[in-house]
Amino acid sequence: MSAGHQRPLHRPARVVTTVVIGAGHAGLAMSHHLAQRGIDHVLLERGEVANAWRNERWESLRLLTPNWQCRLPGQAYAGPEPEGFMGMAELIAFLDDYARGLSAPLHTGTVVKTVWPADGGYRVVTDRGDWRCRAVVIATGACQLPAVPAMAAALPPWVESLTPHAYRRPEQLPPGGVLVVGASATGVQLADEIQRSGRPVTLAVGEHLRMPRRYRGRDIQWWLEHAGMLDQRFDEVDDLARARRQPSPQLLGSVEPQDLDLNALSERGVRLVGRLAGLAGTRLQFSGSLAMHATAADLKLVRLLENLDAWAIAHDWHDALPAPEPLPSTRVPQRPCLGLDLAGGEIRTVLWATGFKPDFSWLDAPVFDARGRLRHDGGVVAPGLYAMGLPFMRRRKSGAIHGADDDARDLSLHLAGWLARAGHRHGSFA
Amino acid sequence: MHTATQPIDNGVNVTALLGAREVLSQAPAAARFTWRAHCDWVRGTHSRIAVEDFHGLGETQRHRSRSTFEADHPEVFAAEDHGPTPVEYVLVGLAACLTAGVAAVAQHRDIQLHSVKATVEGDMDIQGILGMDPDVRNGFDDIRVMFEIDADASRADIEALVAQSQKRSAVYDLLTNPTHVKVAVK
Ligand SMILES: Cc1cc2nc3c(=O)[nH]c(=O)nc-3n(C[C@H](O)[C@H](O)[C@H](O)COP(=O)(O)OP(=O)(O)OC[C@H]3O[C@@H](n4cnc5c(N)ncnc54)[C@H](O)[C@@H]3O)c2cc1C
Repeated sequence: MSAGHQRPLHRPARVVTTVVIGAGHAGLAMSHHLAQRGIDHVLLERGEVANAWRNERWESLRLLTPNWQCRLPGQAYAGPEPEGFMGMAELIAFLDDYARGLSAPLHTGTVVKTVWPADGGYRVVTDRGDWRCRAVVIATGACQLPAVPAMAAALPPWVESLTPHAYRRPEQLPPGGVLVVGASATGVQLADEIQRSGRPVTLAVGEHLRMPRRYRGRDIQWWLEHAGMLDQRFDEVDDLARARRQPSPQLLGSVEPQDLDLNALSERGVRLVGRLAGLAGTRLQFSGSLAMHATAADLKLVRLLENLDAWAIAHDWHDALPAPEPLPSTRVPQRPCLGLDLAGGEIRTVLWATGFKPDFSWLDAPVFDARGRLRHDGGVVAPGLYAMGLPFMRRRKSGAIHGADDDARDLSLHLAGWLARAGHRHGSFA
Repeated sequence: MHTATQPIDNGVNVTALLGAREVLSQAPAAARFTWRAHCDWVRGTHSRIAVEDFHGLGETQRHRSRSTFEADHPEVFAAEDHGPTPVEYVLVGLAACLTAGVAAVAQHRDIQLHSVKATVEGDMDIQGILGMDPDVRNGFDDIRVMFEIDADASRADIEALVAQSQKRSAVYDLLTNPTHVKVAVK
């Protein structure tokens, strides 16, 4: 964030109005909107386009958002299966294709090492030379680093410990029991796949968001999108901090639509336990709150479906759709396991599906709160400095692929305004 | 350690406890106790808790008298402070449990106690209960118990007393191990 970085001031630097860091979908979407506004810019990417999808995801992963929803500014899904769910190869091709249509120069294989405010704009230091620019868009991803609790370091050496970034396929794990920690989208998907591979899975469940894949004959994303829930704005919610840390929903994209809630997993033999609360010596401690967390998720689900039903009635969808179906409540074991000794050898692998966080260690500017989190107001970080793709950044959909279009439109407008005002004050940058 | 002439008397009837152990080993079902507290909300954060009956030895039992406890929150929490906070009762429970344990173990080990004082402190970051930070737990993240014990015994023996008391303490176990907790609405 500050101290460690060198700040050589007189190295020659190329000049451009705006630097976009990261060529994931968020950076690409921003590039589209900057070009629309005639703002010259470059895209700097440490790997290739869609680097995260190429290198940081497991093999079987399919998007949990349906194909019709997988769209970028000016490019809708045009393939044969709008109701299907893309696998990694298809998504990478989709993003590659989109990048080819952009007008801005794309510098792949370029690692941004430091960015700091300078000369009425920013200095961007990369391993392939420096840039001077008036504005920077951070599109380096919200899921760059797996968020792993400190107790992971205290696991005994005979237990394999890995994150979803390192996980590729079940066969990579040693035979034997697997503890998956975390029951959001990543956790439930990996628990399912690993259990099917014959490795008995224990799933540690904390606060989670239960969602059916389909409701009243429509995909849940159809409901959320049409009822306007995904468009809810950051300045409209009561508790934004809470909304921003909402876990991802228990959803799976697959060839045949199917639910992947805790009931589906326990039917398949996955053992449910409470939140992993601690590690005392070699003994894992699971919280006694599994039933509470399951009940809370059921109650929230009922409220969500009631809201969707109310929307359907108000918007003349009610008669056109099948009647509401009540969902069975979550079944949890009467006496879930509270403690498990790793010395017993039952668990060979711990997989931390405990969430992700962004990595802004290269950003040398006073824009962080006391806990090291980026401070921003709907993606506006500082004069001329913008972020993209963070959870609930400007809208509930900000973290998803289809959320980038509206955010990039808003922020590019703000950015254009800043350039106009700053240009007035500072004269020309170059 | 102690003079053989003076009988050890910490006021704990160890013979009876050992007898109970013997009896219960024959009838383990009777060893299942259910302790009970009844809580009535008064106003604000003030509530009144009563402890009177419990289940044990196969039937409902009663304390000799009904005890009531006021629980509230301090004025710095914008409350009226009619009594200790619930978490302070947990510390009371821990202090009382460990102290009872020290006395019982001392009696059993023939150690005469003169005084036993315990100071119990629990740390918590209230950002948890205020819902400000999900990484901060609601409950105590550290509890410290400091014993001052005057007894006819060496320091090592006194430390061993305290260690054994923890090993046998119900409340120490409650705080250090997870428990199934189910909350429902009647
Ligand atoms: C497991 C998983 C499943 C998901 N599934 C879905 C889904 O089904 N539907 C959906 O809409 N969303 C999904 N998401 C959320 C989100 O859409 C993705 O995380 C997406 O990759 C975010 O895109 P992005 O462009 O913001 O970041 P990324 O795709 O991570 O792009 C950031 C880019 O910045 C580059 N970069 C980072 N640091 C530097 C640097 N210092 N210098 C140069 N380049 C750098 C990276 O190489 C990367 O290419 C999922 C996320 C995860 C983790």
